[in-house]
Amino acid sequence: MSNQAGSQPPQTKNRSTVSSWRASYRRYRREHTWLGWGIPLAIVVLAFSYPWWGLEGPLAFIFNDGLGIDNDTLFNMSIYVMLALGLNVVVGYAGLLDLGYVAFFALGAYTLGWFGSGLFEQRDIHFLDTNAARLPGIHLSFWVVVLLAGAVCAFAGVLIGWPTLRLRGDYLAIVTLGFGEIIPDVFRNGDDIGGFDLTNGVRGVTQLDRPGFGQTISDASGGILPVRYTSLELRPWYFTVLAMMLITVFVNLRLRDSKMGRAWIAVREDEVAASAMGVPLMRTKLWAYAIGAIFGGFAGAIYGSFINGIFPTSFSFQISVIVLVMVIVGGMGNIWGVIAGAMLISWLNFRGLDKIGERIGSIPGVSDDFSIAKYKFGIFGALLVLMMLFRPEGLIPSSRRKAEFAEGEGTATLYDVRT
Amino acid sequence: MPPSQILLWVSGAILGGLIAFWLVRNAIDEPDRFLEVTLIGGTTGMIYALIALGYTLVYGIIELINFAHGDNFMLGGFQTNSMVNDGSFQIPLFPTAYVLPIPLGVAATANSSSGQKIYTILMCLFFSMLFCMVINVTIERIGYKPLRNQPRLVPLITAIGFSFILQDIGLVWKDAGPQPLPNILPTGDIFHWRGATYSWNDFIVVAVTIPLLIVLTYLVRRTRSGKAMRATAQDMDASSMMGINVDRTISFTFALGGALAGAAGAIYALYYGTVKFDLGFRLGLFAFTAAVLGGIGNLSGAVLGGVVLGLIEAYVQGFWDARWTTTVVFSVLIAILVFRPSGLLGEQVPEGQ
Repeated sequence: MSNQAGSQPPQTKNRSTVSSWRASYRRYRREHTWLGWGIPLAIVVLAFSYPWWGLEGPLAFIFNDGLGIDNDTLFNMSIYVMLALGLNVVVGYAGLLDLGYVAFFALGAYTLGWFGSGLFEQRDIHFLDTNAARLPGIHLSFWVVVLLAGAVCAFAGVLIGWPTLRLRGDYLAIVTLGFGEIIPDVFRNGDDIGGFDLTNGVRGVTQLDRPGFGQTISDASGGILPVRYTSLELRPWYFTVLAMMLITVFVNLRLRDSKMGRAWIAVREDEVAASAMGVPLMRTKLWAYAIGAIFGGFAGAIYGSFINGIFPTSFSFQISVIVLVMVIVGGMGNIWGVIAGAMLISWLNFRGLDKIGERIGSIPGVSDDFSIAKYKFGIFGALLVLMMLFRPEGLIPSSRRKAEFAEGEGTATLYDVRT
Repeated sequence: MPPSQILLWVSGAILGGLIAFWLVRNAIDEPDRFLEVTLIGGTTGMIYALIALGYTLVYGIIELINFAHGDNFMLGGFQTNSMVNDGSFQIPLFPTAYVLPIPLGVAATANSSSGQKIYTILMCLFFSMLFCMVINVTIERIGYKPLRNQPRLVPLITAIGFSFILQDIGLVWKDAGPQPLPNILPTGDIFHWRGATYSWNDFIVVAVTIPLLIVLTYLVRRTRSGKAMRATAQDMDASSMMGINVDRTISFTFALGGALAGAAGAIYALYYGTVKFDLGFRLGLFAFTAAVLGGIGNLSGAVLGGVVLGLIEAYVQGFWDARWTTTVVFSVLIAILVFRPSGLLGEQVPEGQ
């Protein structure tokens, strides 16, 4: 929470209890500078040690049993934190509403399908892959594929953004939505593009390569780094996605404080003024779009590998909206808010609503087949509406963003780009 | 003109030329089928036009893409479905699965008498329009009105939220599967011409849509409320200074849009004979594309856009591959926004935008 001086919010008329807590927390922070790295370090240690204190051990009855955060949920939550942080660059920093983020998630997953599975069995290309046997198809090392997925998505982001980023804010939202629908549709129908099977259509791509370090590195590390990940031992998956998430957080933090990050905020707040000050609008926005896309690609690649199957139906508009809900509920532009929002919403999405439904169903007098998970999108919709009505800046907003919302009327053109 | 713009325009021109060539070639190769496909496209286009008008009315006045509109249309279809099947006007309650029925005795089957069928169709139209009107105005009052001075992103996200809420109201009301209803539209063909046929139920769609469009035009062009609407669209502050009740005018606009969505829902349900809870998302986006195609904020543009989009969809399904419809429609949307954001007839949004 490095709030620079000068980005303080304007004094609101009646300060709530929460904001006075915030103020005293800030004072405490200023006096104890070690908290600046101490708290994040503690959170990272807690996150990495979760399998030992949350999945089993003394607190398992709360986290694993009560909240239902098991290995799968944990993995999915981490994936969604990554996605939310990626979208945060686009929506939170640069202020471009992207309703088709799922396209990059899908593209990342399909990149793994192209370069790390037997999809193109007529080819036989291998590069440092860790499969037990030499399989037909293109098999690059998983780590190379992850980087490739990022590159492919960045390229796609630029390709999509180049003609469309000059549009007005809400038109841009619609265009991104359009791409979010087109790209899964192309994957769905991609089993016969001029007679060539690009995506295997609705049957999807299965038998994907798994990450791994190979025999040499594994031996050198004394067996700590596994030769290849399996579907039985889930901890390496979790640590890997957590490490990728940390990289995402780090990049997000560094970007926020970089020249590019300041340019994004300038564009978000007032395009005309930013342009007059010499910020190249198109290039700045394209960067935001491309960087957001890269994280979507990373997340897509590891997700596809973990699920061990990529199907066009898994990449629906709903995912774009869920990720957007995470960013908005958490607090656009604030990394910690976005992480908290992503953890909360993804937990609700994967387990929480089921668990809450079970609890309500176990109350005497309520029917057993009571299911609120069925209506989760209605609940998320209601959450969006309530957030927008009562706290549009999110639960943990960035102070700067909050000030922008508090300005009210003057910001009517905040997301406008003249065509 | 910078080189990137020139490149964009050249690629656009080549694309347009290829599409025109493809259409003309198909028309020459199979003139009968071309006519038939055109008629189908025109009928679908009418439904798109009705929905698109709702988008364009709202966008014209408060510059909001009302995402919930498509799902409102779906609820109109559900209302018609329950009126034909159960004979009652139903009020679904969210989040409980309880539905409050108001019996009207308008249930009809394919074997009912003609008089009963006509009565049912008219009642379906009326009550679906009323139902969607109430929903649209309610959403505007509780969701959009308090956010009128917020950044434009805020009401847009609210609209997405409402879209999901309405979708789940549909899910609570009926179930997740497609909801069929009996065909009570008159059957039989009006004319045969070589291979092409034009049947009565196609004609009913047009016969309902055209009077609605005339009424809408009258309301907007000739009445005081319509005048207030146009003034508010031009400048909200100035018109409120001139004594126009802006809040009421905006609600009136939403009521009009909702009524059109309800009519479209009723026609859709009666014509296609099935409604599904997630119908609104796809059709809503298609209709929005139609509105953008014609020039958003422009009423005649929305109708033109709807018909053109219906034709595009029909040609893709008739002469190419139905699987690619979504891709083609959204590509059209993107192409229009990139090459000509003001649409075919030009956009009519408040000045200074």
